[in-house]
Amino acid sequence: MRYAMAIDTKKCVGCGDCVVACQTENNVPIGYCRDWIVENVSGSYPNVEIELRSERCNHCDNAPCVRCCPTGASHIVEGGIVKVTHNECIGCGACIQSCPYDARYSHPDGYVDKCTFCDHRLAKGQSTACVEVCPTSCLYFGDLEDPNSDVSKALKNRSWKVLAPEAGTKPQLYFLT
Amino acid sequence: MKTRRDFIKISALGTGAATLGLSALNWNGVKALYAADEQEAVSDEEMTAHATYCEVCFWKCAGWAYTDKKGSIRKIVGNADDPHCKGRLCPRGTGGVGMYNDEVRLKTPLIRETVGGKQYFRKASWDEALGLVTSKMKEVSEKYGPEAFALFNHGAPGSHFKHLFHAYGSGNEGEPAWAQCRGPREVGFAATFGSWIGSPEPTDIRDTRCLVLIGSHIGENMHNGQVQEMSTAIDRGATIITVDPRLSTAASKSKYWLPIKPATDLALLLAWIHVLIYEDIYDKDYIEKYAMGFDQLKTHVKNMTPEWAYGITTIKPDLIRRTAREMAAASPAVIVHPGRHVVWYGDDSQRERAIAMLNALLGSWGRRGGFYFKEKVPVPRFPQPEYPHPAWDWKDNLDGRYPLSSMGITTELLKASIPELGYKHQIKAWMVAGTNLPLTIPDNELFKKAADAVEFIVVVDTMPMEIVKYADVVLPECTYLERYDYIRSASHREPNIALRAPVVKPKYETKPAWWIAKQLGERLGLGAYFNYNDIEEVLDWQLKKLGTSLEEMKKTGVKKFPRRSGALYLHEGEDYEFNTNTGKIELYSTDFEDHGFDPLPNYTEHPQPQDNYYRLIYGRAPMHTFSRTSNNPNLWDLMETNSVWVNPKVADLWDLKNSQEVWLQNQDGVVSEFPVKVRITERIRWDSVYMVHGFGHNNKKLSRAYGHGASDSKLITNVMTDPMMGGTGMRGNFVTFLTEKPGKELES
Repeated sequence: MRYAMAIDTKKCVGCGDCVVACQTENNVPIGYCRDWIVENVSGSYPNVEIELRSERCNHCDNAPCVRCCPTGASHIVEGGIVKVTHNECIGCGACIQSCPYDARYSHPDGYVDKCTFCDHRLAKGQSTACVEVCPTSCLYFGDLEDPNSDVSKALKNRSWKVLAPEAGTKPQLYFLT
Repeated sequence: MKTRRDFIKISALGTGAATLGLSALNWNGVKALYAADEQEAVSDEEMTAHATYCEVCFWKCAGWAYTDKKGSIRKIVGNADDPHCKGRLCPRGTGGVGMYNDEVRLKTPLIRETVGGKQYFRKASWDEALGLVTSKMKEVSEKYGPEAFALFNHGAPGSHFKHLFHAYGSGNEGEPAWAQCRGPREVGFAATFGSWIGSPEPTDIRDTRCLVLIGSHIGENMHNGQVQEMSTAIDRGATIITVDPRLSTAASKSKYWLPIKPATDLALLLAWIHVLIYEDIYDKDYIEKYAMGFDQLKTHVKNMTPEWAYGITTIKPDLIRRTAREMAAASPAVIVHPGRHVVWYGDDSQRERAIAMLNALLGSWGRRGGFYFKEKVPVPRFPQPEYPHPAWDWKDNLDGRYPLSSMGITTELLKASIPELGYKHQIKAWMVAGTNLPLTIPDNELFKKAADAVEFIVVVDTMPMEIVKYADVVLPECTYLERYDYIRSASHREPNIALRAPVVKPKYETKPAWWIAKQLGERLGLGAYFNYNDIEEVLDWQLKKLGTSLEEMKKTGVKKFPRRSGALYLHEGEDYEFNTNTGKIELYSTDFEDHGFDPLPNYTEHPQPQDNYYRLIYGRAPMHTFSRTSNNPNLWDLMETNSVWVNPKVADLWDLKNSQEVWLQNQDGVVSEFPVKVRITERIRWDSVYMVHGFGHNNKKLSRAYGHGASDSKLITNVMTDPMMGGTGMRGNFVTFLTEKPGKELES
């Protein structure tokens, strides 16, 4: 099993619903977030393009945050999900520095927090909160090893890219272009 | 230390390219919503789901609000059976819980007091506040007649107070939805097809092959169902054509973006009509069977060629032709979208007419992928006496002006409140429920004069909006999560209803609008109109008439009904009578002609900006609803202020830097109250600037929103009024930049 997410940049309108849904689902304190929106504008008027991306932890196959964690709080669970055990985390921030995607933040309660791919929901057979709320249905989630999963199907028919491939982290967020 | 709050990067993708990190740009301030022991996510099974429909905007999506074992609201998600949202709320609906949690909500009734020449608000009991409002309503009724008490309203609370006002004897109601928003499109489409567009729009976007947006920014304008269907249309390969001086999000997803010179849209529409007719690519069978006035239209647009339009719009003739052909190729599965906020230049009803006519030529009305025939379920009225007939209402004050207005014109109600303006019938008191007039109505001086002139103002709201500062009595309403409201019966493909039931008990001393209206009604001796103990009684009675019950609706939230009015679309060759004077689609409007207006639309030239001035264009952000949500902690977290978008060429001229604070001054010398940050972006034309509407709050009680950004409404002092329906055209305002704080020398 290998969980992954595909984000259709052609459909995303950057509304931020994924951000609020994650905050309320996971009780992320206001002022912090586990996912966010990036708007990239290129060209000059009137030949301008926008790419909108909903971003979060890439749940890398080769996760630098896990390798550098001094206590083992950062670890990888079933399906490749990168998680942090809050009560083992000393809040040193090494993982924050190591992440090329800026996907982690220091929780005001003293530990480092990040996207969990809503594993508490996956355990109940639901998808992630961001996937289920997205008004444009631009997020696809599932098991890459299952050819019939939403994410596998999305990747099969479209061109895609990953972010910062040069970092060698083998990220598992795929941006459909 | 590097934080994700530093997440504003300049990327290297070309001139002016910028990456903006959205969300959580605030570092300080707000604590977690729950205590530390509640920090983990809770699974849905451990919570209770309550049926509601959203009130953060007026699309009114049905949803489920989840409470945990302690009874705290944890999250709100969409109701999968609801055609408005199909189980997916927008960011505002998802963040609706912030409306409940906002710590600066109105908490108790307030009464204005003057002590030693100073005015302040004093906390009052409901009994005292309601007593005062009742005595004022009686006084106004005795002195001037009940008609002199006007109601300004928006949203669900409005319906309860409309009932109260009708029982009291006043028909003077106005909501910004007409003259500040969508009135012109209803006039334009009614003249052509004999039908309003209404809300939700009956646009069959999910099945369209071509969607044409004229200044309509679906995606930033987050009307949920439309955004969802636009996404479906993108998936299905539909062509999107966007006309906008700004590269809107929708424009960025379009095959064709027409970066039009502002205020010239009507010329483009007429040229498109010209191409369809003169290239013989309109829907001939449809026009022959259903329409009248084709020959007059053909003659009318003869010279309105793409070359003619090019000189006006700056859109190249070839592009005008190609896009017209795209539409024709997709016909009848094509939508030239009527838009929603369409009060721009004062000839808006005629522009909307041209949009309607274009749709007619494309055969899209009543066709799959065009416009479907909507249907709703009538909700039976709970037994009550007939309403009294008011001696006059707002229409009687118009003296033949704005003959096609069919909803109260807010600005006319304001003018009737100012004695010097000499209106035949005077307004003497207001109730304002759920609408923040100072940040909604253009020409702030008019609003202030009117507010000064009236004898009494009662405001019903959940938040200390600017309007509250003008109130004599403030009645704090509880949020939609704490109350029942009337049943939502929406027109859609499938008729449907939705229930709003309280999720939690009202916080503080807040009360639901239905209760406030009933209390006032009883005190006014109008108890016969409120002949029930509790709204549950009314809802259950109505729901049983509709074949369900309050108990059942609490479990389902939504109920759908079979259609009775016929099919969604016209059958091949079906005879159909349109609700116009002639029973036909009127390409030549007999109704407009009867009222002395152009039966066929003409392009009128509107002023363009003077040197060093830029047209002020405003619009929506997907996470905010007007000025209503700016202090909502969850939504403020996504976007805490607006910025003024400036083209890089303009920024160079003025030596402006990204994030620099400027003040905007309009053509009449009005300066924005607060500074606004510059966003230099290639997304906006060089002759315009753009701002998101709803910011620049000046009520200090708004802990988060106060002083953030500039208010577009305050800078709109030139109002171009639509002579047909009273719409207040707001796009004829021009601003320049002040890089120093105005009046700085005086201060020091």
